[in-house]
Amino acid sequence: MSARAVVSKNRPVAMQRQVLQPDGKLVDGAQPMEEEFLLEALRWMMKSRLYDHRVIGLQRQGQFGVYSPGMGQEASIVGSAMAVDPARDWMVPQYRELMASVHHGLPLEVISSQYLGKIGPARIPEGVKVLPTQVAIAAQLPQATGLAWGLKLRGEDSVVIAYIGDGGSSEGDFHEGLNLAGVTKAPIVFFLSNNQWAISTSRRVQTATRSFALRAAGYGFDGVEVDGNDVMAVYAATRAAVDKARKGGGPSLVEATTYRMSFHNTTDNPSRYQDPKDYEEAKTRDPIERVQKYLASIGLWDGKKDEAWTEELREENDRALKLAAEAQPPNPDDVFANVYQDPPLRIVRQRSELAGGQR
Amino acid sequence: MPQRNIVEAINSALTDEMQADQRVMVLGLDVGKLGGVFRTTSGLIEKFGSERVVDTPLAEASIVGASLGLALAGMVPVAEIQFLGFTAQAFHQIGPQLGKYRQRSRGRYHCQVTIRAPFGGGIRSPEFHSDAVEAQFVQAPGIKIVMPSNPYDAKGLLIEAIRDPDPVLFCEPDRLYRSGKAEVPDGAYTVPFGKASLVREGDNVTLVAWSAAVELCLRAADALAADGISAAVLDLRTLVPLDVETLCTQVAKTGRCVVVHEAPLSAGFGAEVSATLMEEIFYDLDAPVMRVGAFDVPFPAASLEDHYLPSLDRVVKAVKRTMES
Repeated sequence: MSARAVVSKNRPVAMQRQVLQPDGKLVDGAQPMEEEFLLEALRWMMKSRLYDHRVIGLQRQGQFGVYSPGMGQEASIVGSAMAVDPARDWMVPQYRELMASVHHGLPLEVISSQYLGKIGPARIPEGVKVLPTQVAIAAQLPQATGLAWGLKLRGEDSVVIAYIGDGGSSEGDFHEGLNLAGVTKAPIVFFLSNNQWAISTSRRVQTATRSFALRAAGYGFDGVEVDGNDVMAVYAATRAAVDKARKGGGPSLVEATTYRMSFHNTTDNPSRYQDPKDYEEAKTRDPIERVQKYLASIGLWDGKKDEAWTEELREENDRALKLAAEAQPPNPDDVFANVYQDPPLRIVRQRSELAGGQR
Repeated sequence: MPQRNIVEAINSALTDEMQADQRVMVLGLDVGKLGGVFRTTSGLIEKFGSERVVDTPLAEASIVGASLGLALAGMVPVAEIQFLGFTAQAFHQIGPQLGKYRQRSRGRYHCQVTIRAPFGGGIRSPEFHSDAVEAQFVQAPGIKIVMPSNPYDAKGLLIEAIRDPDPVLFCEPDRLYRSGKAEVPDGAYTVPFGKASLVREGDNVTLVAWSAAVELCLRAADALAADGISAAVLDLRTLVPLDVETLCTQVAKTGRCVVVHEAPLSAGFGAEVSATLMEEIFYDLDAPVMRVGAFDVPFPAASLEDHYLPSLDRVVKAVKRTMES
């Protein structure tokens, strides 16, 4: 191991399509992550999956809102987030990358409280460079481009990472956002999680192109495809794109090929449209197991450690969920909060009407 | 005091604000060397450079979406959509995105964005260019809607819009762009939102309008005066916020009201004005509130537009009907 060059936090890295095979063995010639760094990645991935399991359970008991889990996509979620710097870079999420936002500094109890309808406590704290989640699919992309362009105009040393999926790539805003980024050479990385499904619509009928990454050529910048279930490859590809953007090299599109190993959200029923064989096949490429296998092969992972971490992470997640559950619920008056800085008189009157006053 | 038409007034507002605040930038189609298709941004690129006066790709949603992001980055974008009718291509980025961003982020973020858009008939432009769709945005809470009718207001309201921390849709009456000059001071001044302006006093009826329809109402008031009817003209200036108080006080004085707008009649903003008067001052009314709008059909070919838009004749007839009640 020691002879091999390793990928660490403070070193530039080259794009790698795959570093770690599904069987937990390194690809010949690939550069693995430094051990400590990989353990950190594994911890975040496990945290993400444990959180998903926990809140899906809560949702089934009516104690959590509609939720879109990241199961199966943890390597993409965590590897991409680790490639940006929370102190200076901005994250523009879609909605399935919850743990990426947490990695970027958004406290887990804050984002959890959003699913409990706790309006005030769900506010992104000052200084956390994360935008709100976006379910108007792809609307965040022209906005992310504008943000990156503006940061460049302001002379800031920041890069934007914007998330999108395979379905989102069909939207007009995808085209407009990426085209403008190419023209303005905005410091941005478009991270496309190709999880094969847009609710029930297969990636196969989403587009006739064989690769989403190819589309970058049409906008005048680079697109790369990476094994989205390989956290080391996702990190390397995203980090290379981030470094390039920071140096003035403009935007990139990273397509992470992965698989949604769960439902679109808690209202969905994949058994109506998903071939169970696809799911079984995806399980053999599980992003968490492959890292655990690799770490076990170098003596850094075993059942005991798995148990200990699982226990710790469950407690960590439960602490956040408890804080969210205890957070202040909204008042009826909060219907009117944060619409305008100075609300029009008409809204002021409506506010007093709701409070039981005269119209 | 210097005389300016609306084009010059808007150009003056942009120049003053860009000089005073480095964060202010202009973006849109052909706003650079051409100076905009109506020349409202003429000379800005020479003064402020191509980083702050930006010809964008031909894509309205990204002009607005990027403006939202630019604002989050600390810039103060003034986006131009070449014609209001083409906001259809950006509608989702205006109402649902810009309008809701402050609320969706629980107040963490706000969007100091101005969208300028010329609109209205009477200049023989091709299809889509003349559509008066301002009322569509009234159903998009979070957006302020500003409709100047004259050069003085155009400059003062635009500066107010640029400085407003919330998104503003600023609709410019293209028919009046060069129709006449008025006193417009050098240097920055503001006209507040939500303050209607009584542009003509009158005792018998109040004509309520905004944007280019104000000019039509002034002509109608002249014509009515010849028939012995004294018509006041109230310019709402902004639809959101709506100056309910001035509207009601003024209409209560005359007891009669006709609302005039260039948008199709049904569910146009005239309906909102009329309903407001019913709710607030029903017992001060001497006659039903009348509305004159364009007909409820798509904007026709330019050769037919004079038959489609509210005309002097239709406004005069509506006033006479209300006088008979």
